[in-house]
Amino acid sequence: MADLKSNIAFLQEACKNPRARLDYYLKQGKKVVGCFPVYTPEELIHASGMIPMGLWGGQTQLKLAKSYLPPFACPIMQSNMELGLSGAYQGLSAVIIPVLCDTFRCMTQNWRFGVPSIPMIPIVYPQNRKSPASVDYLISEYENVLTMLTTITGKMMNEKALAETIAIYNEHNAVMREFAKVANDHLDIVTPQVRHTVMKSAFFYEKSEHTAIVREIVEELKKLPAYQFTGKKVILTGITCEPDELLNIFTENHMAVVGDDLAQEMRQYRTDTPEKGGGGLKRLALQWNSRHGCSLIYEEGKPRGKMLVNLCKENGAGGVVTCMMKFCDPEEYDQPYFEADLREAGYPYLTIEIDQQNTSYEQIRTRIQTFSEMI
Amino acid sequence: MIENGTTQVNAAAAPAQKPKRPKPKSMQMLNEQTTALFENARLAKERGEKVGWSASIFPQEIAETLGLNVLYPENHSAGIAARHQADPFLQECEGPLGYSNDLCAYAKVNLAYASVLNNESEVELPDGGKMVKPDFLLLTNNICNQLTKWYENLAYQMNIPIFFIDTCYNPCDYVTETRVRYVRAQIDQLIKDLCAFTGKTWDDKRFKEVMKISQRNSYLWERANNLMDHKPAPLSGFELFNYMSAMVCNRGKISSTAVLEQLNQEIEEHIKEGNSTYPVKEEYRISWDGIACWPYLRHNLHTLKQYGINMVASSYGKAWAIEYEDLDGMARAYCFASTNGDNATTMISRRMEALKKFDCEGTIYHVNRSCKVMDCQMMEVQRQISAQAGIPFTSFDGDQADYRNYSEAQFETRIQGLVEVMKQNKEAKMNG
Repeated sequence: MADLKSNIAFLQEACKNPRARLDYYLKQGKKVVGCFPVYTPEELIHASGMIPMGLWGGQTQLKLAKSYLPPFACPIMQSNMELGLSGAYQGLSAVIIPVLCDTFRCMTQNWRFGVPSIPMIPIVYPQNRKSPASVDYLISEYENVLTMLTTITGKMMNEKALAETIAIYNEHNAVMREFAKVANDHLDIVTPQVRHTVMKSAFFYEKSEHTAIVREIVEELKKLPAYQFTGKKVILTGITCEPDELLNIFTENHMAVVGDDLAQEMRQYRTDTPEKGGGGLKRLALQWNSRHGCSLIYEEGKPRGKMLVNLCKENGAGGVVTCMMKFCDPEEYDQPYFEADLREAGYPYLTIEIDQQNTSYEQIRTRIQTFSEMI
Repeated sequence: MIENGTTQVNAAAAPAQKPKRPKPKSMQMLNEQTTALFENARLAKERGEKVGWSASIFPQEIAETLGLNVLYPENHSAGIAARHQADPFLQECEGPLGYSNDLCAYAKVNLAYASVLNNESEVELPDGGKMVKPDFLLLTNNICNQLTKWYENLAYQMNIPIFFIDTCYNPCDYVTETRVRYVRAQIDQLIKDLCAFTGKTWDDKRFKEVMKISQRNSYLWERANNLMDHKPAPLSGFELFNYMSAMVCNRGKISSTAVLEQLNQEIEEHIKEGNSTYPVKEEYRISWDGIACWPYLRHNLHTLKQYGINMVASSYGKAWAIEYEDLDGMARAYCFASTNGDNATTMISRRMEALKKFDCEGTIYHVNRSCKVMDCQMMEVQRQISAQAGIPFTSFDGDQADYRNYSEAQFETRIQGLVEVMKQNKEAKMNG
């Protein structure tokens, strides 16, 4: 059992160098499948005996991607395309792209023609989840993914393996939720950057391995006395909040992240796959139908604002930071409404623009500093 | 007296104004149809009937069968933009309403307009509010995903229900049967829900009639587009954009049959007489990729006219030529209607077919800042089409409704460049 510091360092290393994680699994003779954000059905890859690995872009200079995407496309898609074209993802057996917004539609095609050495598997999630037919439709999409995985990788899945995988993923969800809770008593150790590291690193580990590490972190934290944090506490909402340079600005200003509604972080862990209700594929489809409050999923009633207010209340946060992914239209449509709800509930909010290719954080530094004085 | 004198001097100095070409009868009929659409919605509202707003490629035949009055925000926003009235709406949307300027300008204009109807904003409505406040929304996402978010917001803002058919993007070259089953199930449910909400009754006999009308209109619309294959093309291609409202807003109506029959007849007359509404000699035939740049349609046309470029094929208008025979067919057809919902292979094959049929010598791609789904795979599509068709292309930055995203100089330069290549190709062809 590694100590707290070492475990956090392992995860930090994984986030800094995902390529090393890919090579680690390849050396073990494993096949690895790249998973574009968000809600990619990792379980199907895992149950087929392979390693799902998240592809969330990175800080890279955009050169080749400019021949595929206009400058106003999502920065994650820009950098994923660049890394795909430049060969950084070589070794992946395939990538799965979930079609959750308009840019994703095009990315399936750009990848298909631009990076033919890594086959692309699309999945189109149903958006009209009130329709009972959406479950059968989604099952057929999962089956299509499985067929393509089998064709490409030669690995097949069976029902028993899927049931085990679902249990592993639910267990991982639970440990991540527990970490988020326990972390709030140790904000001296779990800085915004450390919290993010624990969350993001999940994309670079087989899930039971990640569960084991995070569980050790949680157990070690629990042994320590609760830390009385005297700074300002905030909730993050958006797609992602990175890189570390940005997260460290919160720490510099004595701010802690005590909860999040980030697609890269807690959004994916808040909904479990039901333990009963049919075969594994059907249960996964039911999990999709239970997901809630995400800009990428059609839902009437604009529930996100109320959800953020509750997150603030439950975690004693003084305000919300909207991490607006540059050019992310689904998020941009939600913003006026959740901000109105926050205003009504008396919670201040700040919007910062997230662009992986950003190199200067001075403006954001000033804004976060001012915000910390406001809350 | 002095004023009179000045006026006289100016009048004498000014070049004689070219007499305006009288509007063809089909256009007059179209205008009457548009007026009737809004007026009928207004009257229905006055009678206490429920009026809807609809996405432009929603199965309009459903509303028509139920006798519901439905208006079309995309079409309405395009009209506002084309009349250069979009600015106050864009300002309102990006200012007090708090929306990002990155969003679709059709949506921005409409969200601000809706806010006025909802008594939350105070922008003066240039059309007197003819787009009456809706009681329900009809939504499909075959055009794009932004529509789902836009309508989510409208529904919440006005506290009205959405009747939604999720048509799903097609990464395959065909509409998978599982999609057809999912969409068909949604259509069946939607009909039930819409009847319950509006108090209307579904009549299969009426639906068959409407479907027949809709099929006839699709045929006539496609035929009118196809007649552009004559040389010279019988119309100035941009004129066909104007007739799109007959298909977008009135696809299941006999009034559209009348408009389109008249249009076909007028085109045939032009062909017979060997003339065209295109005002200068047709030197080059091109295809137009993307939505019209409504705020600068005049500038686009004027620039193209200088070189004798006629747009004889567009990727866009034909999205409304939707053919099917029953509800399953309707499900499949609406999934496959817009190339925005289809993979690049389908898109490229449709474009290639058009380039060949209309004997195009070049393509102009509108990099429409409002429309990521059109822009984000356009570069790959350009490369493949240009290689397969062996014709040049150019692109320009514009917007379907936001006048701020366009540069006249850039458009002119790009067209100039395209003409140079098309000219060289033409000369090479002539010289064998």
